[in-house]
Amino acid sequence: MRKLMKYLKPYWPGVLLIVLLLLGQARAELMLPNLMADIVNDGVVYAAEHGVYRTEFILRTGGIMLFFALLAGTASITAGYISPRIAAGVARTIRRDVFTKVESFSQAEFDKFSSASLITRCTNDVAQVQMLANIFARTLLYAPILGLGAIFMAVNRAVHMSWIIALAVIVLVGTVALVTVIVMPKFKLIQELVDKLNKVSREILHGLMVIRAFGTRGHEVKRFDKTNHDLASMSLFVGRVMAVTGPAITLVMGGTQVLVIWIGAHHVADSGLTIGDMMAFMQYSMQVIISFMMISFVMVMVPRAQVSAARIAEVLSTEVSIVDPATPQEFDKNNPGKGEVVFQDVCFKYPNAEANALDGISFTAKPGQTTAIIGATGAGKTTIAQLILRFYDVSEGKITVDCLNIKDVRQAELRRKIGYVPQKGQLLSGSIESNILYGKYATEGAVPAMPKKQWGGGEQRRGKPDEVSGSVGRNLAPTENSGEHYKQHRETPAAPQPTDETLLQAAKIAQAMEFIEEKDDKFLSEISQGGTNVSGGQRQRLSIARALAINPEIILFDDSFSALDFQTDANLRRALREHTAQATVIVIAQRVGTIMNAEEIIVLDKGKIVGRGNHQQLLETCPEYKEIAVSQNMANGQGEVQ
Amino acid sequence: MSTDRKNERRQDYNRPPMGGGRGRGGGWGRPGFGPVEKPKDFKGSWGQIIRYLGAEKVVITFTALLAVASTVLGVLGPRVLGTATDEIFQGLLRMPGGGSINFSRVGNIMLIMICLHAFNIIFNYVQGFIMAGVSMRITYRLRNEISNKIHRLPFKYFDKTSHGDVLSRITNDVDTLSGTLNQGMGQLLMSATAVIGILIMMITISPLLTLVAMMILPASGIIMRFIVKRSQKYFQQQQKSLGELNGHIEEMFTSHAIVKSFGGEKASVEAFDVHNKELYSCGWKANFLSGLMMPIIGFVGNMGYVAIVVIGGAMAVSGSISVGMIQAFIQYTRQFGHPVSQLAGVAAVLQQTAAAAERVFAFLNEEEESPEAANPVAHEHIKGSVEFENIKFGYNQETPVIHSFNAKVQPGQKIAIVGHTGAGKTTIVKLLMRFYDVNSGEIKVDGANIQDYTRDGLRSHFGMVLQDTWLFNGTIEENIRYGRLTATGEEVRNAARAAQAHHFIQSFPESYHMEINEEADNISAGQKQLLTIARTILSDPDILILDEATSNVDTRTELLIQQAMDNLMKGRTSFVIAHRLSTIRSADLILVMKDGDIVEQGNHETLLSNDGVYSRLYNSQFDAVEA
Repeated sequence: MRKLMKYLKPYWPGVLLIVLLLLGQARAELMLPNLMADIVNDGVVYAAEHGVYRTEFILRTGGIMLFFALLAGTASITAGYISPRIAAGVARTIRRDVFTKVESFSQAEFDKFSSASLITRCTNDVAQVQMLANIFARTLLYAPILGLGAIFMAVNRAVHMSWIIALAVIVLVGTVALVTVIVMPKFKLIQELVDKLNKVSREILHGLMVIRAFGTRGHEVKRFDKTNHDLASMSLFVGRVMAVTGPAITLVMGGTQVLVIWIGAHHVADSGLTIGDMMAFMQYSMQVIISFMMISFVMVMVPRAQVSAARIAEVLSTEVSIVDPATPQEFDKNNPGKGEVVFQDVCFKYPNAEANALDGISFTAKPGQTTAIIGATGAGKTTIAQLILRFYDVSEGKITVDCLNIKDVRQAELRRKIGYVPQKGQLLSGSIESNILYGKYATEGAVPAMPKKQWGGGEQRRGKPDEVSGSVGRNLAPTENSGEHYKQHRETPAAPQPTDETLLQAAKIAQAMEFIEEKDDKFLSEISQGGTNVSGGQRQRLSIARALAINPEIILFDDSFSALDFQTDANLRRALREHTAQATVIVIAQRVGTIMNAEEIIVLDKGKIVGRGNHQQLLETCPEYKEIAVSQNMANGQGEVQ
Repeated sequence: MSTDRKNERRQDYNRPPMGGGRGRGGGWGRPGFGPVEKPKDFKGSWGQIIRYLGAEKVVITFTALLAVASTVLGVLGPRVLGTATDEIFQGLLRMPGGGSINFSRVGNIMLIMICLHAFNIIFNYVQGFIMAGVSMRITYRLRNEISNKIHRLPFKYFDKTSHGDVLSRITNDVDTLSGTLNQGMGQLLMSATAVIGILIMMITISPLLTLVAMMILPASGIIMRFIVKRSQKYFQQQQKSLGELNGHIEEMFTSHAIVKSFGGEKASVEAFDVHNKELYSCGWKANFLSGLMMPIIGFVGNMGYVAIVVIGGAMAVSGSISVGMIQAFIQYTRQFGHPVSQLAGVAAVLQQTAAAAERVFAFLNEEEESPEAANPVAHEHIKGSVEFENIKFGYNQETPVIHSFNAKVQPGQKIAIVGHTGAGKTTIVKLLMRFYDVNSGEIKVDGANIQDYTRDGLRSHFGMVLQDTWLFNGTIEENIRYGRLTATGEEVRNAARAAQAHHFIQSFPESYHMEINEEADNISAGQKQLLTIARTILSDPDILILDEATSNVDTRTELLIQQAMDNLMKGRTSFVIAHRLSTIRSADLILVMKDGDIVEQGNHETLLSNDGVYSRLYNSQFDAVEA
């Protein structure tokens, strides 16, 4: 919580102003019972005792009261105008800082937190903190001011009755504390039971087929019933304890009133107290009780926000493990490298793991060649891809690209050379076009990464001066020498101009044209988040097109052909060979069929290289490879959609 | 699984989370802010809720009476207190003449006050105590009924409904309902009683002052309406940009690897900034406007207070009202606002509850599986012959996926089902197990139509090992025993041995008592598969259904699985969703599926010589490896 306090700093004049306004509001509001007492004492009682009507006095006092009421209202509205701006402003800055920080995270930090947790931290947790900030001025700051002020005023009027207020506050706070102490831990238990109920229900829904197959319905109904029963009885207990609060407040308020009247009557009889003061005292004590009630209700929210704040602070204080070097080296621009990737005795251990995931890996992926990596699950294939992309840093050894250690260049420079096709063919929401051209646009920072509807009416967005760096237009008419243009732009990445040619070319090579043409909106067809509205095979083809569209020197396929049927797979590989003849192609695969034509195949087993060579050589020399080849069969598609 | 979770999380943005929501202890929330979900049939839903309450209605009526009684006592309080003040005032006036306050009368009034409060507190608590019980009983019953209902619904239902949807009915919707029953109903009655009671008190004290006080009400009403209207616009905008922002965050964080590898961080932050800015500007406005409510109502209240003090003071001077009654009147005006604003929120709460009830009851009223056969066939064991006669089937009536399928399987035969992913291989399995019923035609097991068995009876003859391994959060032993709940520990271990699982289970820290965690990711995919095989071995079925796909399993485990499956198939009729050449070659019957339909059947040699789908499939898949 304290760590996030610094976000309030830029707003200190506003905060100060709010405090002053609230003080003014409390002062004005607390004048009212005082003035009422004057009316009673010097107006009503006076009239009764002396028979003189002081109507003018009453009206004048009424006028003063009206003035204070107006003052209180104005102060409160002004404070209410400033405080939400501060709260929303603080939340905006925190949210931006968290988001920017997470975007800079490497894979290791993502593993540490999990993406689901990071999402919650950036959304729900920030919302919690904002909510607390919102009620801060309205209640947390004002209630104590009002309460203390009311105590002060009450004691001023009748010091000998102040113990009544003390008693009321003690009983009230005591009850609330007692209820909280009893109920709070149970709330946690209830949350756990709700999670458990959810878990059991989810298990049942997922396992419905198995449950019916084994006829274990009765068992499952009982299992659900047990959790349901636990939850119900725990909720019942909490409900019954919580039901105490209402009557307890009645008790405190009623008791206070009775005491004030009874004790007050004696003081009035001793002439130690006027009747107006007694009435004012009663109103002040009610105000004190209400203030304390408000404080205790709001205090319940504080621990929750505190937890959220701590979770946010944890993200913000996390050190990113992979950062760009202070003095980065640059790939030779004039003589663009060919994309040679070299592993030299690379070892890699995941954070907190005991054993190396990769051990002594050395190989060279040459431009114009296909280097394949094959092995069982858990052999470390995907880890190799992640190391090339520098999602993790090697533990030992080094990886060079075009003779430069990848730790010595800027991450963006490195990744601009690599066309990465991930395992799951993950797409982003937007259109087919925005997905294929994602790498292009993203590096130029010209188009928001989540175009959604903006592809239809997004021109104005792109036109905003602060977002455009370099002119980008997907409607640029293809120039006659667009092929030339295409090449040029590769060589001068400073002024890239993606053209329709890039798009078409990438889609063609990736064998995606056929299904794109079938769609009503062609390249502008909508893609939902994750690409769930196209089939697995289409997803993979689009993500291959996306990688090709940046015209990469290195193309990295991470098991990217699994959802393609044989024909498409073959066509695609033929087209790749034609169009990316100069590129370094690295293919990670489980299926022997996919990689048997590669110039070099590297066989991984438990993080070590156990064989290398071409298909024929390996069949003869490498028992692990042979085992894989023999066991492979009709498994087409590896069980994508069942 | 992952999509379900995503859905749930998405819903969370718009729905109050369980436990901390309005239902428990939170009061009713401010009225009218943000859009309220509207039920389709408000009256119908409430009718259903009331019918559902059943015998509880008597208890609820009783607690309603208690609530009314306790409120009436509470309303009487200030008035009685006022008479005490008057007593003191009278005594004060007597004092110059040597008189004093009549303490025995003040004492009597105080006693009355104490009794009022005491009964108020008791009634109030008893009411709360009983209603907590009622609402918990109803919650418990509803949830159990939903749980039972799940098991009676046909799979057809789950094809069109996401798990997240069902889950949110079990938790959120039931919670909304019980929250309203627990607190809402009581508060509704109490507020209504309080409003009427306070009005009566005020009018009997002074009609003139009541008129003055009542002028506040429409004034606050108009202001409130004005503000709500204005702020609702911003609240909706805020909700929208929050949704967009959260959507962006979720997408970017789940696609982190993509964003990084294509250098999309900067563009992502820029898009984020756009949404964040929007959220800021409508967020603070929405909060400012809704925050105006309190000060303005407070201000109007203060104006009323001043007016009453001044007018009341003037009246008291002329003797037409006593000081004690002014005091009482001030208390009444101060108290009046609270129940009124609660009543204002009632409509929204009732609608929300009706919408939740609608979803819950809609689920409970869903069409169930067709009833079981009247005189079911029942056997201890069967031989295992299976016949398909003119099977026609479609997941929906309009588009049949299987047009006409005939096949005859002798006891002990091995049937291989082959085809591309998505060709509908599991459809046959689902029909055999009667997860779905055929549209026309008959499936016979041991000569009897499977619809003449009870579902459980039929399924007890089958054992199924599917690729989608379902294990639950429990120990390994419990998971294996799931195949036959009455099995002894020794039987479980024997089954594990037969499934080649005993060895690796023993290597685990707690052996058979090791807990499989919630994500079931503390054991490997291959090990999971072996456990499900052990489970099926334990159930000792007459007919087997196996899915051979062993994706994501390393070669050695795959061999183990193969052996385990071979053990299992010995002497039993087996349907294998086949991926291994050896299985296919040795099958007595091969069913070739394409686009959901069975296009060819026969054994390996005849199919190959047919030169049809099978031979093409065979050649395309195997030339690569066998070359």
